[in-house]
Amino acid sequence: MYNKGLIVSGLVIFVLLVTFPIWFNGLDAGPLPKPELPPGGEKECVAPAAEMRDSHMQLLNEWRDDVLRNSDRVTVTVGGKEYQKGLQIACMQCHSNKEKFCDTCHEYAAVSPTCWDCHITPTELAKKEAQ
Amino acid sequence: MDNKRRKFLKMAGATVLAGISAPALVKLSSTSAVASGEGGQAAPAASHGNAGGHGEEQPSGVRLGMVIDMRQFYQDQGLLDEAIAACVKAHNVPQIPDPKSEIKWIWKTGFGNLFPEHSQKLRSEKIKNSQFPALCNHCDNPSCVKACPTKATFVVEKNGIVAMDFHRCIGCRFCMAACPYGARSFNWQDPRPFIKEYNADFPTRMRGVVEKCNFCGERLALGLEPACVEACKGTGAIVFGDLNDSHSEIRKVLDQEFTIQRKPSAGTMPSVFYIV
Amino acid sequence: MIEKTLKGKPAYWIWLAILGSLIAIGWACYFRQYAYGLGLTGMSRDVSWGLYISQFTFLVGVAAGGLMLVLPYYIHNYKVFGRITILGEFLAIAALVMCLMFIMADLGQPLRGLNVLFYPTPHSMLFWDMCVLWGYLLLNLLCGWVILTAERKQVPPPKWIYFFVYLSLPFAVSIHTVTAMLYCGLPGRHFWLSAIIAPRFLASAFAAGPSLILIACAVMKKFANFDVGEEAVKKLTTIIMYAVIINTFFFLLEFFVGYYSEVPGHMHALEYLFFGLEHHGEVYNNLVPFMWTATLFNFAGLGILAYMKISKMFDFRLVTVAAVLIFLALWADKGLGFVFAGFVPNPLEEVTEYVPTLNELGITIGVWATGFFLLTLLYKIALGVEHEVEE
Repeated sequence: MYNKGLIVSGLVIFVLLVTFPIWFNGLDAGPLPKPELPPGGEKECVAPAAEMRDSHMQLLNEWRDDVLRNSDRVTVTVGGKEYQKGLQIACMQCHSNKEKFCDTCHEYAAVSPTCWDCHITPTELAKKEAQ
Repeated sequence: MDNKRRKFLKMAGATVLAGISAPALVKLSSTSAVASGEGGQAAPAASHGNAGGHGEEQPSGVRLGMVIDMRQFYQDQGLLDEAIAACVKAHNVPQIPDPKSEIKWIWKTGFGNLFPEHSQKLRSEKIKNSQFPALCNHCDNPSCVKACPTKATFVVEKNGIVAMDFHRCIGCRFCMAACPYGARSFNWQDPRPFIKEYNADFPTRMRGVVEKCNFCGERLALGLEPACVEACKGTGAIVFGDLNDSHSEIRKVLDQEFTIQRKPSAGTMPSVFYIV
Repeated sequence: MIEKTLKGKPAYWIWLAILGSLIAIGWACYFRQYAYGLGLTGMSRDVSWGLYISQFTFLVGVAAGGLMLVLPYYIHNYKVFGRITILGEFLAIAALVMCLMFIMADLGQPLRGLNVLFYPTPHSMLFWDMCVLWGYLLLNLLCGWVILTAERKQVPPPKWIYFFVYLSLPFAVSIHTVTAMLYCGLPGRHFWLSAIIAPRFLASAFAAGPSLILIACAVMKKFANFDVGEEAVKKLTTIIMYAVIINTFFFLLEFFVGYYSEVPGHMHALEYLFFGLEHHGEVYNNLVPFMWTATLFNFAGLGILAYMKISKMFDFRLVTVAAVLIFLALWADKGLGFVFAGFVPNPLEEVTEYVPTLNELGITIGVWATGFFLLTLLYKIALGVEHEVEE
């Protein structure tokens, strides 16, 4: 093999670089986020917590397509209460604190969903009213 | 999830087929629609101009439309302001002072602007001095839907509304060039600073997407009337209903009154009628 | 072959440095626009497409114009174009890259650009435009590279490549036809709603593309010791003349239809372009100087070329002057007037004029600089190979 030394050291540097976040943090993923449960005390969600944690984004996408494209605005009943499908009009009725619920995990996982570019959070509402 | 992947594959396959058959579909559907679109009669919903594969809609489907009775607005121009304000509030429509960046769902304009193809000569003072409401026509054969490269704007099959999916819009503004009625607005910047008061039940928009009147699809789902119709309640200034239902109130009005549509020559078959 | 771009005279590096700084300015401007939104441009609710889309439209033509070099060589076996066919193909690559960049610069939500692929929509002309633009770009990359590699090795190109060469010919026509269809299929926009748009686009493309190649040849003759030969230049000027005459003829037909029929919608945009449109006591005319300059350049360029044909003289400098004049004229016609005037008046018969902002100009210049940067590198490779073969 030509340039063996160069290639191997190059590969080592590459691997070190791409794994930078892992070893820089000392193989520690940091404290797990603790999203705040609904302040209103609701215990039940549209699906079990584990499933929601896993795939709430897919559920939201399906709701979006149901409501907007398929004219399927059938409501969902949770804990005897009826909700329209929607992030702003269903989810955030219970999970009313985006900063303490949504953001905690999203920040931890370093994802920045664009939901709230359009959907209004209670904080945003309060800010507008204060003006 | 699975649903989405399946749909994507289906569409990818259908694209080739549809590409070949699209011209034939468009041709078939447009002839039937023009024939029945004459004289302000409702066209069968089968003629929706989306040649992408939704052509099988039943002619008996719902096609929502509107009759705007200007006689009520001549008397009371304040009524129009109320209707506009109701819409602005319901949909978090930003009020941007610079006319270049304005967002308009329903707005006021002159007769000559609304009906440029009609003669403007020797019009009565009443018409010359009155403001007319302009809004999306929710066309039966919408050219914006034809133009959109992502189906971010589409005809809702259930009720004929020309709807927008803000999540999908890439902001190419092809629909704005295609609309013969200037009904579409683009968010040239973040609209939120220009919204005075939020409606907590409706989202705002983000910069970089196109928006327009949605015939209050979200209110209809709750059994409410469109916001502008509700604002004019009791006056009969705006009649809203199913153009395909011969017993609906809107059809009764259309049977009795002489109505006109905007730019019928564009072949888009608007669902908004005016009594001038 | 890429190593050929790494060696050059100081002039080459200075040229690249200039382009590089323009590209940097372009990116800086783009980041501003990306952060704020398209509100940083001069576009408006009424004139919803501006410089980006108009440059895109013009450059699709430049890309398609390469056909006028490829077609005589491959179909008519016109050997004189042997040395410049590759220039046509490489010009198409650079022009198409600019096109795609201009589209991205114009999107309100550029990160969602792939939605066009995720939700393919065959009834949208933009979907087909994407297909043919990418198709033509890949075809040119493939053909250009394979043929140049063969030339370098001094062996005939592999047989299979001819399939793609022939396939690229209809693609060249299709990119500009489909781009014309973006416009000419829209109801309610009288200036665009004309069946002659696609043929006119092609005619002006077949003049603009070869003109730019002639200009490039003149530059390379001076700086890179590359001589295309008198016969090739003469043939190119003939092609350009025909194309310009046909384009002018088509444009005049639009005038006839508008002004003889006196249908207002057919006259408004032309009036706005050439005489100023009066509306509610105000005259809107910011494109008038551009259009008359373009007219002057158009006929001056044509006159120079015709004079050389009639008097049977040949002067490459004069040819270059004519090519520059014609290129600028066609740029003003399609790269400014065609798109902007289509929005005047708006569907509600109101007039809004469009003036690009500095930030928008910065991005536009940045994209052009990127295109020329790429073109320089590609031509450097092509010439390097030719010189290598000659040695």
